[in-house]
Amino acid sequence: MSGPLAVIGVGQSVQAKRREVTIGALVREAVDEALADAGLGFADIDAVVLSKTPDLFDGVMNPELYLADAMGAVGLPVTRVFTGGSVGGHAAIFGAHLVAAGLARRVLVVAYSKESEGNFTWALSRGLPFSSHLGAGAGGHFAPVIREYIRRSRAPEHIGWKVAVNHRHNAARNPYAHIRRADLTIDEVRQSPMLWDPIRYLESCPSSDGSCAIVVTGAELARRSPRPPAWIHGMAWRTETGHFAGRDEVNPRAGRDCAADAYRQAGITDPAREIDVAELYIPYSWYEPMWLENTGLAGEHDGWRLVDADRTAFGGDLPVNPSGGVLSGNPTGATGLLRFAEAALQVRGLAGEHQVPGARRAVGHAMGGASQFHALWVVGSEAPA
Amino acid sequence: MREVAVVSFAQSPCVPADREHDMAEIVLPVIRQALDACGLTRDDIDFFASGSHDFYEGRTFSYIESLDAVGAWPPISESHVEMDAAWAFAEAWAWLQLGEGKTALVYGIGRSSLAADLDQILPAQLDPYLLAPLRPHRDALAGLQAAALVDAGLTSERQLAEIVSRRRTVSTDELLAAPYVASPLRAHDVAPPGDAAAVIVLAAGDTARRLTDRPAWVRGLDHRIETHYPGVRDLTRSASTSMAAARAAELAGFSAADVDVAELHTEYSYQEPLLVAALGLKNARVNPSGGPLAGRPATATGLIRIGEAARRIMDGTAERALAHATNGPALQHNLVCLLAGEPR
Repeated sequence: MSGPLAVIGVGQSVQAKRREVTIGALVREAVDEALADAGLGFADIDAVVLSKTPDLFDGVMNPELYLADAMGAVGLPVTRVFTGGSVGGHAAIFGAHLVAAGLARRVLVVAYSKESEGNFTWALSRGLPFSSHLGAGAGGHFAPVIREYIRRSRAPEHIGWKVAVNHRHNAARNPYAHIRRADLTIDEVRQSPMLWDPIRYLESCPSSDGSCAIVVTGAELARRSPRPPAWIHGMAWRTETGHFAGRDEVNPRAGRDCAADAYRQAGITDPAREIDVAELYIPYSWYEPMWLENTGLAGEHDGWRLVDADRTAFGGDLPVNPSGGVLSGNPTGATGLLRFAEAALQVRGLAGEHQVPGARRAVGHAMGGASQFHALWVVGSEAPA
Repeated sequence: MREVAVVSFAQSPCVPADREHDMAEIVLPVIRQALDACGLTRDDIDFFASGSHDFYEGRTFSYIESLDAVGAWPPISESHVEMDAAWAFAEAWAWLQLGEGKTALVYGIGRSSLAADLDQILPAQLDPYLLAPLRPHRDALAGLQAAALVDAGLTSERQLAEIVSRRRTVSTDELLAAPYVASPLRAHDVAPPGDAAAVIVLAAGDTARRLTDRPAWVRGLDHRIETHYPGVRDLTRSASTSMAAARAAELAGFSAADVDVAELHTEYSYQEPLLVAALGLKNARVNPSGGPLAGRPATATGLIRIGEAARRIMDGTAERALAHATNGPALQHNLVCLLAGEPR
């Protein structure tokens, strides 16, 4: 990187079924909030990066065209990125690249989904290669992978339920979250309908409408911004191929390599100690222990022990998804950017009721496809040395 | 800016319909050809970027299959735009500016033939509340823009027929006798949809010099979008193309007026005079490759314009070249790339 980069504005919409607003209006909520947070107007933005998951989710093709006006992008370069569910993370990193390359001084990164406009489960149900079977919905794909993690790690079955409770309790402190259940109990999760063994209904993410936007800039302009910046200490993305007998989907190498690259840039040698809070892409509860291990925040097969010891709960020493995370709101095109943005809010001290006290370094993480696409950044309260 | 050049370009023939190959199969031989031409293997590539769109392929997450052809193992640095691959080229060029790597491979896959009816698909690019319900057929907005140009005296039906007959063995009068598909456009004014894949390899500085005798240096690149609503735009001009060309020229140190060759992403014949004016082309040969009127493989078309422009520099027939790519109906979003045989 040519010089330190930072996030100086974050905006988001409330995550819910939002039938009362147009897609453009939903996007505009996040854009307006991010610009206001950064103390900027549309004229201050030089480029826009749009993150969105498959257009089949809401039926609008090449939405950068329709949204040019809502995003304030008229007269600017616009790129619409898509890399599976990790797209929000990829878009944030690409936005940062444009600043680092000297092609833009301030980049607005926008992400959204309005899945209420379509049929999400249908859109995600794809024929499997070489098979007449259909994987119905995303959970159908991930459930066997989770079962393999449980087998390898010998984790007890309540771990997933505990994660679900932690995240939904956290969401009660986040006014933007879709599912906010301060009263949720382990028992209620355990008794909810089984969807794809072992994933129960209350361990699954909802399908949400929602938007998120951030403003990324370089050091000079970041120092002038009205509110504290979140400095980017390290960022990386990695992709691995999906149909390959040698890959380990439970602990994918792309995820490990991605995290290692970001930590190396950030000068982090002991992530579990040096990271104060993590916003991880956890669409089904068991992915908390799995991603803790994959991103180097827990040793192999040990991720579930951190959950069990309450270390990843809001009051623990490594809170995971204090925003409520993906389990509490999943507008898929925005979800990755939300993780990156929530990490930024934490180190800026601007996470309101879900602020983790004293958070100085945070991880934002996103995953896409069949755990093929990984993006991760480390942000901090201080500029990198 | 860091010196970055095109060192290789390959494409599959644009065919009316490829119903035999999947995404990986269609792009794999093209990737091999592009890498062989500059003596690289996939392990030598530091960054991969691609462009394609689910609505042409007919399923969600379609581009993921193409990664099998890329051979994404060990894990790679990679990104994708759900747009014409010219925008993936822009991302790869930006990535190479960072100094984190020396080579990038850009691929585009575009298959217009898989959709049962493009008239059902293409209106999905429009504002879903105010424009899509009007269900304009695939060429309707182009017809409006062409009509605006004719009404303004900036072109004529005869001039459009001349643009087409230049590349075909049929006379202007014969062409003018054909019926309209979207007045004043006739079927021959519409670039024929097709299927193809294209690959460009980019390299920085001395790596580019090592990989090919005459790299096509990317001297400037920019893209700009206009307002979405055709009723609000001046359809007789392409303000975003002019803006992108001006910004690219600032980076390049020369402008469109100075190029020998221009490859324009003309989805319709009428876009040629419109873009020539918007770019300020002077003595450039336009679309020596035949351009999209010789075949328009959806999301690979703009990348192919860049490749064809680069090829003219690499084969020594041009010293400076311009490539243009477009996204969306009636030229709402445009990209301009300036290339030269000299790095600065």
